[in-house]
Amino acid sequence: MTSIAIIDYGMGNLHSIAKALEHVASKERVIVSSQPAQILAADRVVFPGVGAIRDCMAELMRSGLNEVVLQAAATKPLLGVCLGMQALLNISEENQGTECLGIIPGKVVRFPEELQEGAEGSRLKIPHMGWNQVHQQCSHSMWTDIPAGSRFYFVHSYYAVPERVTDIAAVTPYGIDFASVLAHENIFAVQFHPEKSQHAGLQLLSNFVHWNGDI
Amino acid sequence: MGLAKRIIPCMDVDAGRVVKGVKFVDIRDAGDPVEVARRYDMEGADELTFLDITASSDQRETMIHVVEQVAGEVFIPLTVGGGIREVADIQRMLNAGADKVGINTAAVFDPEFVKQAADRFGSQCIVVAIDAKRVSRNDEKPCWEIFTHGGRKPTGIDALEWAQRMVALGAGEILLTSMDRDGTRDGFDIALTRAISDAVSVPVIASGGVGTLDHLVEGIIDGKADAVLAASIFHFGEYSIGEAKRYMADRGIEVRL
Repeated sequence: MTSIAIIDYGMGNLHSIAKALEHVASKERVIVSSQPAQILAADRVVFPGVGAIRDCMAELMRSGLNEVVLQAAATKPLLGVCLGMQALLNISEENQGTECLGIIPGKVVRFPEELQEGAEGSRLKIPHMGWNQVHQQCSHSMWTDIPAGSRFYFVHSYYAVPERVTDIAAVTPYGIDFASVLAHENIFAVQFHPEKSQHAGLQLLSNFVHWNGDI
Repeated sequence: MGLAKRIIPCMDVDAGRVVKGVKFVDIRDAGDPVEVARRYDMEGADELTFLDITASSDQRETMIHVVEQVAGEVFIPLTVGGGIREVADIQRMLNAGADKVGINTAAVFDPEFVKQAADRFGSQCIVVAIDAKRVSRNDEKPCWEIFTHGGRKPTGIDALEWAQRMVALGAGEILLTSMDRDGTRDGFDIALTRAISDAVSVPVIASGGVGTLDHLVEGIIDGKADAVLAASIFHFGEYSIGEAKRYMADRGIEVRL
């Protein structure tokens, strides 16, 4: 029986993502774990995260789970979610500059203040919160049965800017078009919350449960 | 195209039942919260809000069970408000499966509680609920004050300044209820909604007074709200969430259909 490990490094609430995975992976074994051996024994790994990046990185270092993320990223299908996506890049602007894991080259920056949209130039709120469109930029097994432009639920103030444009699997418009999904080999990372994105989100998680790491 | 405006049905829960009163009297039973939540999810609600109005503390556990059950089968954001007074209350609701908590009276008593909560759990899950009432005369520049205890107790705090202060302390979203309009079905207090939305950088949810689908449209277009919250127009089958969304879409508002 294949298993999916959700990395628990003390950053926020893993209840929702665990529930959503259990919903789509009835035959699978979903585990929430902070044990390196247990996480690395799983076939697939989910790297979640909410909150501030400095706390996130500090907890990863303190627990030694940063090494586990690096190893998982090198060996098996890995799904980064929200802050778990941002932590994969080299550095984040948040908290006066925070060094991240450097698995995907690039940086994380804040939405500019006074971001505007539309002809009348209405000001956009930060955080970017709610259901926005995800425009797929490449074909990928993770997009199976997810219609182009599907809406997913976002809540964040920072976004990823990868160095290689080929790592961008989807963009989302919010004043600018930002990279809302990154994909590189066996890594798929989403800025939105699939566990809170109803049908489209559950489909994406279901695709992950069946993904062998190929594009 | 871009970010959709959200429709959020609100369920007032008293001792494990969804209830709705008009001006706090004539409470009507609107069903089992898990069943109601399931229906709204199917109809396309963008989020769900539960407000625990249970008076006795021994029934607080009931709300936990409701949240647990809903979170196990409904995969959209859940906000729980009512009785959130300390960090442990927030932890309990998040553990049960809530994504955000609404803080109201506790913020008025101790504004630092908002900072403490945001530092601990992140701004993304801290919604500050503001109950405001107009205190200026019709010929004066409009001015609103914060009220507590279901709109009965004035605090002397200006609503605009309060909203800005809450955001500075870490509120990730403002749930704004007009106590003049709540339960009236006369529509949102548009001037209030617009004033608060213009004054803060975070999303504002308009609440209080929805009686027609046009009211939802006004809240977004004239009030500049990012989301609209309503209860009774949905509870008793007058309109479905889907109807409300199509109505808004026909009037040029971006929604998730």
